[in-house]
Amino acid sequence: MGKDHISKAVRKQLGKSVQGFWQKSDQRIYLDIEARALEQASHVMLDEFGARFQIATGVDTSAGIEVMYHWALDEEGCVVTLRILLDKTSPKLDSIALICPAAEWIEREMWELLGIHFDGHPDMRHLLLADDWPEGNYPMRRNHEATS
Amino acid sequence: MNGTINALTRSLNVFHLAGSACNNCDIEILDALTPAYDLERFGITLVGSIRHADLLLVSGIFNRKAAIRAKEVLAQAPKPFLVVAIGGCPCTGLMFRDSYNWLRPPSDYMRIDAYVPGCPPKPEAIISAVVKVIEGLRSGALIPRCLQNDGTIPEDLAPGMADNA
Amino acid sequence: MSKRTIIPIGPYHALQEEPEFFKLHVEDETVVHLDIELGYNHRGIEKLSESKTFEETIFLVERICGICSTSHPIACVQAVEDAGCINVPERALFIRSAVGELERIHSHLLWLGLAGHFIGFNTIWMWAWRFREDVLNILELISGNRNHYGMMKPGGVRRDINRTDIPAVRKLLDGLQDPIKMFRDAVIQDPLIHARTKDVGILTREMAIAYGALGPTARASGYDIDVRRDHPHAAYAMLDFDVVTCENGDVFDKVVVRILEMFESIRIIQQCLDQLEKVGGPIDSNPKFVPAGEGIGHYEAPRGEVFHYIRSDGSNRPIRHKVRAPSFMNVPTNRETVLGATVADATIILAAVDPCYCCTERMAVAVDSHCGERLLDSRDLIRLSCEKTDRLMAQTGLCGPSLPNY
Repeated sequence: MGKDHISKAVRKQLGKSVQGFWQKSDQRIYLDIEARALEQASHVMLDEFGARFQIATGVDTSAGIEVMYHWALDEEGCVVTLRILLDKTSPKLDSIALICPAAEWIEREMWELLGIHFDGHPDMRHLLLADDWPEGNYPMRRNHEATS
Repeated sequence: MNGTINALTRSLNVFHLAGSACNNCDIEILDALTPAYDLERFGITLVGSIRHADLLLVSGIFNRKAAIRAKEVLAQAPKPFLVVAIGGCPCTGLMFRDSYNWLRPPSDYMRIDAYVPGCPPKPEAIISAVVKVIEGLRSGALIPRCLQNDGTIPEDLAPGMADNA
Repeated sequence: MSKRTIIPIGPYHALQEEPEFFKLHVEDETVVHLDIELGYNHRGIEKLSESKTFEETIFLVERICGICSTSHPIACVQAVEDAGCINVPERALFIRSAVGELERIHSHLLWLGLAGHFIGFNTIWMWAWRFREDVLNILELISGNRNHYGMMKPGGVRRDINRTDIPAVRKLLDGLQDPIKMFRDAVIQDPLIHARTKDVGILTREMAIAYGALGPTARASGYDIDVRRDHPHAAYAMLDFDVVTCENGDVFDKVVVRILEMFESIRIIQQCLDQLEKVGGPIDSNPKFVPAGEGIGHYEAPRGEVFHYIRSDGSNRPIRHKVRAPSFMNVPTNRETVLGATVADATIILAAVDPCYCCTERMAVAVDSHCGERLLDSRDLIRLSCEKTDRLMAQTGLCGPSLPNY
């Protein structure tokens, strides 16, 4: 495939932190990494590849809370997604907001909607929900019933 | 016709109250003021304070945060005033009805005099609705609901949160 | 001793006296800090999407924003197509780009009008919105609605652009060239506009990159990104267009980028129409189901990249749908651009990122930093901005952009 130099380069930089990868197409690469490798991986994407942080997606799955960090490599026309699986009972990650200000708001959103804790976030508080939203009530968790 | 109601049929001051709207209706309301439709030639003007309002155009579904504020804001409108719901959102909530962040339809806590469905309703429809309301006032068929004390406004807008816990 | 006050810039359509979107902390006349509060528009769309079918969710995301109302559907259907490896016929790709570029033109005209209003030139507002009506008429001709066109579906588009309608679309585009040139010449060369917008609200390229800024907000700062060119989708790989960038990142550059982009949009639509007259075939590959998988769709909306992620489990509903609008990345840049600005300039700086209009709902508020007392609301701030323009007019003898009797 034309773009496997990107996934090869990323895997090389991240070494053993990469637990799996899937090159879906020239435009879409997915890498599974360990949670503790997030900060280093973010530095690699920003500094080595000049990637643009697009957004992060949190998903409540049966295996745990999955967090995907989507990075655009605009000059290559490719999106690299770094995927991390967290334990559902206590989902925690290091915040990357201080090295990547673009991530500051989405970490607040993932905390309030999914209950993921971001250690070291500079300004953790509600972003979208009212301040009196019940604590522990995470609307994007799968067992949450929508109000009708 | 009562003098104060008569005043509502002339040169209306319009206040736009948007709550959790996608803004399409809001832009169509503003469009009604631009040269293609030019509501100002009828003496209808947009005012920036609810205290000067004769007619409230309401758009959006009003989520939790917006609904609680809207109720406080409406209390400041001097009577009599009219409320016209613009677009499908304040009428029914549309596809946002099942949202975890929506408590109850605006009609529960706003006494709405007219509904203009559409997504968004065209400026012609909005103008037509305002004209119908004025004609209803003149003929006596329409009495502003703010003057009717039918006791339907709930005091507590937040009970829906208990369902989420 | 300088007095620290916080100024609320209330929205143009105010929910009066409410905690607003932006809370400006001001010392004397200078902004020293900005708080941003969201939440008044949060409708829980991502969760709602999980209860909709793939076709229904397109209608849902269309209503995220009234002005980017085709941008979200295009990104969403692309995410579904990426997830399911679904093909799209060539004719549909040209229709997608044509509708998307028509939206870009009317969105930029809308913004231009509001920007003119915020600095006291209501003539710009009325003219820009008057020409915007012509674009909405064409969209109504094509799709049946002025806004919320309902054109997109996974696998293609829902309606064709009839060959019999193409002459009317071409006539509109020809009719827009002169007015946009009028705006370009009147606004870009006007010394009063320069005085109000040059070196005002500068976002450096470094800051634009750090915040992940998008669209004209990024390109005005020299951050040369455009999803149409960088990650070709719809018909863009088959079309010839330029990406407009500036260097200073001030409000003026943001105005320039948006005005000049409209010319590029006209070029793109003309090419799409040329192709639609030649390329036949279906407009929909008619996928019957979305296999299990995940996909990403991104599209260059008028405000920047719209990003959708879809995960499917093979049923007819997404099990996860992530939506990220460009304003989510652009609005935080205001923390940098409004610092050090005067109160009179705050409105135009905050508006310059073209927050999706539903984000400008309640633009800004200022409260006294000592006692928390509200001092000024949005109307006051717009008034201060207009008064600054009046003062400049009086001082310089200039009278602002001259829009000829069109």
